[in-house]
Amino acid sequence: MTNSIEELEFTNAILAIGTNTTENHPVIGSCVKRAVRQHGAKLIVIDPRKIGLVDYADIWLRPRPGTNVAVLNGLMNVIIDEGLYAKKYVANRTEGFEAMKEAVAKYTPDHVKEITGIPADDLRTAARIYAEANRASILYAMGITQHSHGTDNVKSCANLAMLCGNVGIEGGGVNPLRGQNNVQGACDMGALPNVFPAYQEVANDETRARFEKAWDVSLPAKPGLTIMEIMDAAHKGDIKGLYIMGENPMISDPDLTHVEASLKNLDILVVQDIFLNETGQLADVVLPSACFAEKDGTFSNTERRVQRIRKAVEAPGEAKADWQIIAELATKMNYAMEYSSAKEIMDEINTVTPSYAGITYKRIEENGLQWPCPNTEHPGTKYLHKDKFSRGLGLFSAIDYRPSEELPDEQYPFILTTGRVLYHFHTATMTRRSEGLNERYPESLAEINPTDAEKLGIKEGDFITVTSRRGSLKVKATVVETPPEGTIFMNFHFGEAAVNLLTNPALDPVGKIPEYKVCAVKIEAA
Amino acid sequence: MGQKLSLTIDSKKMEASPGQTILEVARENGIHIPTLCYYKGTTNVGACRVCVVEVENARSLVASCCMPVSQGMVVMTDTERVINARKLVVELLWSSGDHNCLQCEKNGNCELQDLVYELGIEKPRFDIDSPGYEIEDTNSMIQRDLNKCILCGRCIRVCNEIQVHEVLDFSMRGSKARVGPAFDADYIDSECVFCGACVDACPVGALTFKQARFKGRPWEMKKVHTTCPYCGVGCQMDLNVSNGKVVKVTTSRDYGKPNQGMLCSKGRFGMDFIDNPDRLKMPLIRRNGELKEASWEEAYSYIAEKFASIKEKNGPDSIAGLSSARCTNEENYLFQKFMRAVIGTNNVDHCARL
Repeated sequence: MTNSIEELEFTNAILAIGTNTTENHPVIGSCVKRAVRQHGAKLIVIDPRKIGLVDYADIWLRPRPGTNVAVLNGLMNVIIDEGLYAKKYVANRTEGFEAMKEAVAKYTPDHVKEITGIPADDLRTAARIYAEANRASILYAMGITQHSHGTDNVKSCANLAMLCGNVGIEGGGVNPLRGQNNVQGACDMGALPNVFPAYQEVANDETRARFEKAWDVSLPAKPGLTIMEIMDAAHKGDIKGLYIMGENPMISDPDLTHVEASLKNLDILVVQDIFLNETGQLADVVLPSACFAEKDGTFSNTERRVQRIRKAVEAPGEAKADWQIIAELATKMNYAMEYSSAKEIMDEINTVTPSYAGITYKRIEENGLQWPCPNTEHPGTKYLHKDKFSRGLGLFSAIDYRPSEELPDEQYPFILTTGRVLYHFHTATMTRRSEGLNERYPESLAEINPTDAEKLGIKEGDFITVTSRRGSLKVKATVVETPPEGTIFMNFHFGEAAVNLLTNPALDPVGKIPEYKVCAVKIEAA
Repeated sequence: MGQKLSLTIDSKKMEASPGQTILEVARENGIHIPTLCYYKGTTNVGACRVCVVEVENARSLVASCCMPVSQGMVVMTDTERVINARKLVVELLWSSGDHNCLQCEKNGNCELQDLVYELGIEKPRFDIDSPGYEIEDTNSMIQRDLNKCILCGRCIRVCNEIQVHEVLDFSMRGSKARVGPAFDADYIDSECVFCGACVDACPVGALTFKQARFKGRPWEMKKVHTTCPYCGVGCQMDLNVSNGKVVKVTTSRDYGKPNQGMLCSKGRFGMDFIDNPDRLKMPLIRRNGELKEASWEEAYSYIAEKFASIKEKNGPDSIAGLSSARCTNEENYLFQKFMRAVIGTNNVDHCARL
């Protein structure tokens, strides 16, 4: 997030697009609802599904899945056409406005209606609410990113925010809500193929030289492969050894049949986890880890706040903290990693990660700190790009709408869109072992619109067969108004109805994120 | 707002800002006024009358949680009249429910019990007349015993004003008044999303965490302040540990950012996995097609040899690693360092994209 969670409650308008906030980030969902109920904020919800926040919205735009760019361009078209944009801000703090203006010129409300199905007047109303607010915040999540044009979606959100002068101010911002406890931190720490900690490029000779000195070893210059490329390379036999820590690609990745073949093709698969999950079952070596309650460390939340976790209980059997396992394995492989505590690792992180330089265990004992925090006197950063963007001027991108890779046709007439539900988390290794949560949500349910259900003769609780070009599965149907006609929604929590057997591994060319939000399926009563 | 006004509480002169209540000013100045229905951050309803104080020249006792201070106000918090009024309130509450502390989960952490003790009440002057509700036992997360409910409304306000789930409210009137979801449904049959905030807010034993029942009393519980392991909000919470096990999750509004004392169902009730018997306890190595228990030494040697031979034969870029958005910063840092410095490849990623 460019801004902080606390700012949401006191902003004037919130535009939530591609985020089912009350289910996936329930506490932020409550902040949004408080902003609306108690502080008079306006709420615009843009989502194909009738999500919980719709009940609190001033206006709900319901685009066809996969048409976000058209919606966002349409909003900007109206804002520019009606002269509602922040002219001084655009002139002083940004560049590329003219090209962007030209790109959105054809996205008139009528044209946007053809692509998205959104009534022209609703689009205008939403545009005016966002543009006329003193300060407005954009919230988004995987509904924006998990598309073959995910990067375009994100850039379009940034365009809209800059157009109205909403970046670099309190209560504004472009605010992705991160789905995992420490996905922010994993990125910050350089668990990415092209960057060291703090997004310092591996291909940069100077940077690499610094890390070579700090780590006393020579380092490779060529950026590595992304998760999907790793699977492909394993499939081809180019990757022979894979070390997986705390991930379950056998549920979470698209096109599971391909993933399984890839993992089985390896010479060695090492899986380090707290349970023997679906991926671990294919492993050659499984290493038992301590869970979050059994170790010390830090997580970085979605607003860049670095916070402590603390050991509360002992790990079972001989399970060890992941950091300890990595350090021992490294030492076994003749590279000494000698740390006696997680704190000692953070001490090292402070020295090589400029944005974390001032974030020490001592300082975050009571309250977390938000990076960038360049030194131990620095109070942390509540919101980014104040007065100046990281790159100097904010860059508008001229973006054209591109349809999703796989659209419905005669053979596969429905859109399948996927996500999470309130009571489960990701591959549900943890939540499915909770008695209470399973009382609330015991089995996978595919959401189907009543009109579609009636056409297909499907009743509440019936089993249906869902088939895509990649696979087929059986799942129980629930007939609800949540998805629009022509679209079904499934979660990816349940291995026995593993929706990623169906999903399309089409990737965004830049972000390399798979298109989980749109693929074509057919549905039959089972 | 800038102008300060002066007042006297219990003969002590002090300053306050206009708009502050007597209760807020007293607490800021270290003067104890007991409360029950007061819940910081929600509407002051003045329902329980436990916080009454005497204000000079006022016709009757006033509820300090609702009464704004004024210039020259003289307040007395512990006169005989005040104490008698509080006793009457507490005795009425006591007698109108089943406040038996023997098997109550809140024994030792109950605001009504504390008040009885503070006011030195041997027994209520009224007959105890518990309403005789059945204890709600239809879910494994929240146990509801309305016989212990004092109708303070804190659960209702936290549900509506803080979490904004808008599930709880009063129903019925007078002595039949009760708290619950619409149509008097059980929690499990209602729209309740099991955030558990109502349980944190309950001052007595009416709402308790069922899984923690008989697993440890308040003074036996070690609270470990940590960060929730689920989504990216990073909620601050306390693991309540008794006998070496996490028995429940509570939180404190004093932790402030980012969650201001809120949690969701996953953070609150999703911790059973910690103590699950399926947890991996030993390294496993596949031998003759089956995963068999092994020592750490065997496992490390196996991996080290295999990685070394692949590296030698096919080069470091034929090895890859997937780090984890579930692990700590320290672990992610070490993992990428391992792949880069030890294996010698940049083939490291994690599931940020999934």
